[in-house]
Order: sequence, then C-alpha cells, then structure tokens
Amino acid sequence: MTDIDTELRVSKIQNGTVIDHVTGGEALHVLSIIGIDGSGGETVSVGINVPSDRLGRKDIVKVEGRELSQSEVDVLSLIAPDATINIIREYEVTEKQCVERPEEVTGVLECPNPNCITNAGEPVDTRFEVLSDGVRCEYCDTIIREDLTEHIKS
Amino acid sequence: MRHDHIITAKQLSREDIEAVLDRAAEFDADPGAALDRHPGKLLALAFYEPSTRTKMSFETAIKRLGGDVIDMGPVEYSSVKKGESLADTVRVIEGYADAIALRHPMEGSATMASQFVDVPLLNAGDGAGQHPTQTLLDLYTIREQAGLDDITIGIMGDLKYGRTVHSLAHALTNFDTRQHFISPESLKLPRNVRYDLHEEGAQVREHDSLDEILPELDVLYVTRIQRERFPDENEYQKVAGQFTIDVETLESADDDLTIMHPLPRVDEIDPAIDDLDNATYFEQAHNGVPVRMAILDMLL
Repeated sequence: MTDIDTELRVSKIQNGTVIDHVTGGEALHVLSIIGIDGSGGETVSVGINVPSDRLGRKDIVKVEGRELSQSEVDVLSLIAPDATINIIREYEVTEKQCVERPEEVTGVLECPNPNCITNAGEPVDTRFEVLSDGVRCEYCDTIIREDLTEHIKS
Repeated sequence: MRHDHIITAKQLSREDIEAVLDRAAEFDADPGAALDRHPGKLLALAFYEPSTRTKMSFETAIKRLGGDVIDMGPVEYSSVKKGESLADTVRVIEGYADAIALRHPMEGSATMASQFVDVPLLNAGDGAGQHPTQTLLDLYTIREQAGLDDITIGIMGDLKYGRTVHSLAHALTNFDTRQHFISPESLKLPRNVRYDLHEEGAQVREHDSLDEILPELDVLYVTRIQRERFPDENEYQKVAGQFTIDVETLESADDDLTIMHPLPRVDEIDPAIDDLDNATYFEQAHNGVPVRMAILDMLL
C-alpha cells in the first residue's frame, strides 16, 4: 500500500494543515503540541500507525482551518523529526516543508527539575537548547532525552 | 576577562582563569595595597541561603579594594517574605549597588537574575548548580600546590548535588588534567556534567572506592556527603564511612598529595589530618579573598 493510498483513508481538507510522516504513535502528542483537544471546534482527522513506504508505520494529522506557527513546528520537530508539513488552500498543497530542528525552543516545555528557577513563578519563559538526542534547560542544565512530550506545557 | 557576569564555570576560558589567578596572586602578595582600586564602590550581598566563607570573603574582598557592601540580610526579614520575585529584587538592588553577589537555593537562579540587571552579577552558588567563584579559588589553590597541567585529581563525595564539584569539573577541562570521581552510586555526577565532560574530551573515570586510585593522585578534593539528600537513612549508612579519610587512609598516597575541601566539613576528614602538610583546606578558604578581589577588580 503506497503513501498516497493511505492518505486517502483520511478525508481531504479544504484549508488548513496536513502533518504527514509523523513517527508512528505520536499523533496525539502532535495534537497536544498544537493545542488541539477538541474544545476549539476545529475539524481534525488523525491516522495512526498507517502503513508507509518510507517509515514502515506513520501517523497523519489533518487540521481544518489552522496553520502552524513556527514555535509549534519547532517543538514538533523534536518528536517527529521526519514530519512534513503541507499547507492546504482550496484542497491544493500550496506549501510543503520538512521540519528542521531548531537550536533552541522557548516557552513550550517545562523543566522537569522541581528546583529549577523556571518552576518558581519568576517572570521568565523556559528555554531549552536542542541537542542531537534531546534538549537541555538553559537555566539549570537538566537534560531531557526520553518522553519529551510529557514535558510540553499544558 | 570580558564577561559582564560570572554565572558558570563553563563560561571561563583558560585565558580568563589565568588572568584571574595572576591578578589574585598580586593581591595575595600585598592585600593592603589595593585600597585605592575601587573606593566608593558598593557590592550588594543577596544571600538567600546560609553562608560563612563565600559571604565573608566577598565582603572582605570589596573592602580590601576600598569599597563596601550592602547586605540584603536574612531572607525572613526581606521583601522575599512578602512574595517579591527574585527578578524584582535584583532589579531593585541594581539601583543601589555596583555589583551583586547572589546565593540562591534554586538552580538557574543566577542565569535568570543576570537577565534582569546591567550591573555585574556574580553567582555565589545556585542550588546544586554552579559555584564559579569557589572554583576560581580552588584553581588558585591547586595551581599553588600542584600546578594546573599534567595533574591527576580525585574528587570524592557528593558529586550529584555538589555545586563546587560541577563547577570545578568544568573548569579543569581547560587544563591537562586527569579527573577521577569517587562516590556512591546514588551520588554520581549528574547527566549534564558528564555530558559536558564528554563533549570537552576530558579524561574522566568514575570509581566507587578511593583505594584503587589514591596512589595516583596529586590532588584529592573531598566534599561532604549530604545526609539530608538521602531518601532512606539506611542507604546513607551504607556509604557514609567509605567516603571519609584519616591518617591511615593516606598511607598509600603520594607524600605530596594535596588535600582540599570546600568546607564546611562534618566527618569527611579526620581532624588529625589538619596537622599534615597535605592539608590545604583552610588555606583554600583563605584564598577566597584574593581571588574574589581579583574577580571584582576585573568586573567593576
């Protein structure tokens, strides 16, 4: 089964974003990153663990009426480094980009160190340096390698 | 040294370190001769945690340079008790003083505070994070006793929470040193410090006993195992006695071994060692004054 075949499992959208080639099983985390929990009224289609020629298994997320911000793409890149983002306008792909790992991510992850100053109610955003295999708090130096999505700010 | 703030040992190059140590040596030779260096300058002491050596040596250092201190005083009598943020507190203090020395129990506090002020901010210890001015006085002591290149140093005790250890380990990567870390499994170096040492290509080995490495050491840096960090008292009891030294322990050590400790000690070093030529920890503490004089002199 080709990628095109599998994409047909999920209906086309008129305007919005298709996030393709997400690591299998990470689609719900992608929705968490872009702040979609169903309460906002967006139409969302999700394919989880669909067959993929390139990845074996992949997830697809289609969001009607919504384009991702750069900070959302930055965090997305950490959990779905192979993802492609397609901007859809009037059912056509008008922009297509691969995610790129940023040098740092700001304000989107919580530091797991309870003794980090960013958890003390001070007026600062969290800031994490992106490493080759994780992220590192630029305040307390804590390194996160596993379960990154658990640290996404709610 | 071209830094605005002293936050972490990682920011210090070999050139920075040598410049501070050279200046410190000048002040050390004649501490009373520097009174005309910074007359009228004020150093603010913002200490959110108890401190004896760091606080008093900063105070002595600025006074030896002709300046003076203002002291926030105990936290319980400050606006911190009213809920004032650290960011606001340091912004207020920078209007009063020419530099701020900050001791705070949370990691990253000095990094954050430095983003809110234009006057030099010196990290005087941030939780289990960093203590860069302690490291500079440690390096000054090591240079005097053993030199800073082609040495083997053992660092023993609480490596997980010991901020002096974290700073020192980073700083030593600027020199030709072999670092041996001796600790119980539960208090090994944290992941981030090991990551940096690996990135720097440092020569590092970890041990669970001093015996196997002691004869090779030029310097033994002992720290207190912090009993209060152990969630289980039984776990503490398993390791406590293994990370102390007495005269008998040193029988296999090199005669010229330099023994250091950032102090305060509890029972890690038997007082009988104090009388040996190897014991350097009180001199190490005294070195805090010329080294902090040098740091302030270069930043003010």
